[in-house]
Amino acid sequence: MKIIYRDKVWELKGNITVRDAIKKVGLQPEAVLAMRDGKLITDDVIAKPDDTIRLIAVVSGG
Amino acid sequence: MKCRKCGATAVINMRQHRLSLCQDHFLEWVPQQVQRAIEHFRMFAPDEKVLVAVSGGKDSLSLWDILLRLGYAADGLYIHLGIPDGGYSDVSQQKVERFAAERGAKFLVVNVAAEYGMSTPEVSRRKPGRSTCGTCGLVKRHIMNQVAYEGGYAVLATGHNLDDEAAVLFQNVLHWATGYLARQAPVLPSTHPKLVRKVKPLIRLYEREMAAYALLRGIDYIYEECPYSRGATTLFYKELLNQLEERSPGAKQMFYLSFLQAREEGRLLPAEAGEVELGECQRCGQPTSVPDLCAFCRLWEGAVIGQGPQEAEEQ
Ligand code: SF4
Ligand SMILES: [Zn+2]
Ligand SMILES: [Zn+2]
Repeated sequence: MKIIYRDKVWELKGNITVRDAIKKVGLQPEAVLAMRDGKLITDDVIAKPDDTIRLIAVVSGG
Repeated sequence: MKCRKCGATAVINMRQHRLSLCQDHFLEWVPQQVQRAIEHFRMFAPDEKVLVAVSGGKDSLSLWDILLRLGYAADGLYIHLGIPDGGYSDVSQQKVERFAAERGAKFLVVNVAAEYGMSTPEVSRRKPGRSTCGTCGLVKRHIMNQVAYEGGYAVLATGHNLDDEAAVLFQNVLHWATGYLARQAPVLPSTHPKLVRKVKPLIRLYEREMAAYALLRGIDYIYEECPYSRGATTLFYKELLNQLEERSPGAKQMFYLSFLQAREEGRLLPAEAGEVELGECQRCGQPTSVPDLCAFCRLWEGAVIGQGPQEAEEQ
């Protein structure tokens, strides 16, 4: 699966939960939201190999 | 994961509440949390006029959206600080304008450079000892109170969420800054006739929930951080607290809410520890704890020739 966060992209193998994917790329599950096909998903979802997951940083603004 | 209320696919799971909700139920749940905070901390009554300080970010725009949905008379205040980088202040203002236009909501704009002759980063550069954020905070606090007071608003609301407050608390505890601890509250009552009550209605909500709310409501907010963001420290504390949260869901909430409770019950500091005697600034008339000029007026002293805050006010 493909993980996109800000201007970074990671390619991960296997069927793993979104939560594990977030940790694998070194981010905090509490600090991001995950979207697939433009929809918000919970992080227990198991991402399929051809899924693209976009992560949104929850901190922003001044 | 399923929505606990209706069994549909959940869009968010809040581990600290052991609660997962679908889009509709989440968008219903968030305003309920805000209403609970408003009532619990006696922030304001349904008939009081509220001024929401909006930055164009997710928290303040969402707060405004929620208050309007709850039926409060809530107007917005946007302070254009004149942060030039990538048109940060301009872009933020556009987001606020669009939000207000879509909802037919009323909002006020104060453009710092137009009003006082210099942008916030410019005036900040004249005071080398002070960070841009320090100056910016002072400018914002002054303008917010002035606009709220002159506009006859009962209360000024800001979009601080639980993560913001927990990070500040963490910092204050690391320094045992008892003065700050005494004043770190969801409601800052008016201690002077010209000082408007300040409230933080989002303090029960995690940052993550606020981002989800803004996204699901289709609120177009400014995603980039302010280029001057003091970020580094605050972000680091937020990260540490999130690490704790990961280990033990609810830790952030416990840290902050139990502080509030201890404070409320007088178990931490004597109640009057944070109170200061206030006078009025000789120039702008706003409440100040120092004699003669308030910190805001001293900031602009000699800065602008022929266009001080005094004139600007009369325009
Ligand atoms: S990050 Fe600093 S300069 Fe930017 S808006 Fe916030 S307080 Fe002001
Ligand atoms: Zn539901
Ligand atoms: Zn003054």
